[in-house]
Amino acid sequence: MDSGRISRRHLLQGGAALTLGAAAGLRPAFAAETTIGFIYVGSRDDYGYNQAHAQGAAALKKIPGLKVVEEEKVPETDAVEKTIESMINLDGATLLFPTSFGYYNPHMIKMATKYPKLRFEHCGGLWSDKDPKNAGSYFGYIDEAQYISGIVAGLTSKSSKLGFVAAKPIPQVLRNINAFTLGAKSVNPKATTQVIFTGDWSMPVKEAEATNSLIDQGVDVLTCHVDGPKTMVENAARRGAFVCGYHTNQSALAPKAYLTGAEWNWEALYPKFVKMIAAGEGIPNFYRGGLKEEIVKVSPYGEAVSAEARKAADEAKAKFLSAEGYAIFKGGLADNKGKTVIPAGTDRGQKDPELEKMDYLVEGVIGATS
Amino acid sequence: MADGSIGLWTVPLAVLGGAIRVSTPFLFVSLGECITERSGRINLGLEGTLVMGAMSAYGISYVTGSPWLGVLAAGITGALLGALHAGICSLPRVNDVAVGIALMLFGTGLAFYLGKPLIEPTAPRLPAIDFGWWSDIPQVRAALRVNVLFLIGVALAPILYWAFRTTRWGLLIRTAGESSDAARAMGHSVLLIRLRATMVGGFLAGIGGSFLSLFYPGSWNEGLSSGQGITAVALVIFARWDPLLCLWASLAFGGAAALGPALQSVGVTSGYHLFNAAPYILTLAIMIITCSPKRTLTGAPAELSITR
Repeated sequence: MDSGRISRRHLLQGGAALTLGAAAGLRPAFAAETTIGFIYVGSRDDYGYNQAHAQGAAALKKIPGLKVVEEEKVPETDAVEKTIESMINLDGATLLFPTSFGYYNPHMIKMATKYPKLRFEHCGGLWSDKDPKNAGSYFGYIDEAQYISGIVAGLTSKSSKLGFVAAKPIPQVLRNINAFTLGAKSVNPKATTQVIFTGDWSMPVKEAEATNSLIDQGVDVLTCHVDGPKTMVENAARRGAFVCGYHTNQSALAPKAYLTGAEWNWEALYPKFVKMIAAGEGIPNFYRGGLKEEIVKVSPYGEAVSAEARKAADEAKAKFLSAEGYAIFKGGLADNKGKTVIPAGTDRGQKDPELEKMDYLVEGVIGATS
Repeated sequence: MADGSIGLWTVPLAVLGGAIRVSTPFLFVSLGECITERSGRINLGLEGTLVMGAMSAYGISYVTGSPWLGVLAAGITGALLGALHAGICSLPRVNDVAVGIALMLFGTGLAFYLGKPLIEPTAPRLPAIDFGWWSDIPQVRAALRVNVLFLIGVALAPILYWAFRTTRWGLLIRTAGESSDAARAMGHSVLLIRLRATMVGGFLAGIGGSFLSLFYPGSWNEGLSSGQGITAVALVIFARWDPLLCLWASLAFGGAAALGPALQSVGVTSGYHLFNAAPYILTLAIMIITCSPKRTLTGAPAELSITR
């Protein structure tokens, strides 16, 4: 083996750094080591949303030649612009991952325009042709996993009343509530989902109160979309209700009550992104995927899940994994005020960007968006 | 009802349950702050003390397996933070409000730093006493599951009220708060009285924190307090430095915090942001109703830096 080949291998395999620098528009000689910046809206160890991203960042730290810098609890305000500036100017970051929904517009867009040679990857935003080319948005169709949670919940509930503790009525949250409800209704037409909005991503006392109020109303299976599901999971389990987890696997908190859950799989996606850049192809500006693309996953079923529920859930999972996929939001869909939101005959496939602007709750959900 | 729901009754029941569940940290912090402020000093750092108390209680309960040791550890942590506040404030030309803000940031920061490894584990929790045994409605039973700390807090309010009026210690604290010259003339060290009063205040606030992490919501995470400590300090002013009024104010705040989620659960879904803000609207309303341009705050200790 001659030395030229070794160095080339080094470049492609171990390093990834030089090529990454090149892909980001820098001269290869500039970055001996590539720095990647991760920004979280909450605590990195919240047993939820931010922890899922931090686990993805941890997977990148293992790759030689990559340096990861992180900052947590950055509010969705001008503060994130300052964080991005300092990561670029002080740490030399060339690839940035602002991971919270509210960072995208205007903050990250502004930074991407200011630093056109660096790469920005946002989780959850809706990249369009008008946005800078060095910016991108990626997200997972976690509603597929929520749909499966809904099936398990619908077949486990005795009262057919399901509960959802939600933070804010933004499209991603509404999509999860709707998918969970549609999953439950697909196997149990009587099922309803009662939703309570707490108003912010991390409000433990409100989340505990919401959990108790739902159970007082006869709800016996709960799930949530808040940053840290721990409060809901523990309080619901203490009242004897079942839970479906969110963001990460919370089964250790309540092994008997935990049915299943919708989890992120960023550990798989982020190294894939780095490989794309190293291979010179770059990350597509608009990147999406669900169970099939391994961006999201379903927690292993808990002991309380019946054989019937396992079978129904596995069948749904197989449909999502099939080549043609499966549309959760099909034509002839009405919201909970009786208005038709998807006319009959038009199925909205998972990749339909209309779904990412969702502003309604489907029939079967008890609650309102405002 | 046959399906196990109790319909609209959920709302008053949730407000009652919330008053019992949510009020305890407010009660302990406000009673503690009441003692401190009556001695003539304001300790804004109790938010930090509350969070430190919650973290240390959870940690000690997890390590030793005994939640009661956790409560004790939270109290001691609180007393030490109180001693730190009083110690710094006893230096000349130190502003107690500024020290309080510094200690609030210090306490929360330290708790977040030390509490990182405690977010995932589950620590043993404090037991509850079942006062709903007479009812066969599960919702009533759930609302009346009361923790002993709540009962201690409720008992403490009249005891403090009595102690401030009749005991030697109570009168000394009030003297230091009303006129430090008078206390000095009687041969007492004002600094020592305030040190003790701030330590006791910190002790109680720490215990309030242990309730948060060991009973309700019952786990440690960084959003746990979400400003309850600072709200409780404001509550003392709102309660006119009267321990009995602190009790009622804490109960009202607890009940108001439960109102938003409870109304949504029975289908009153419009304007939930407004209902979630109920505790703060309540404060503003009472402040406006009770204020008067003609007199200063009744009951305010004369030595407090905010009234001086």
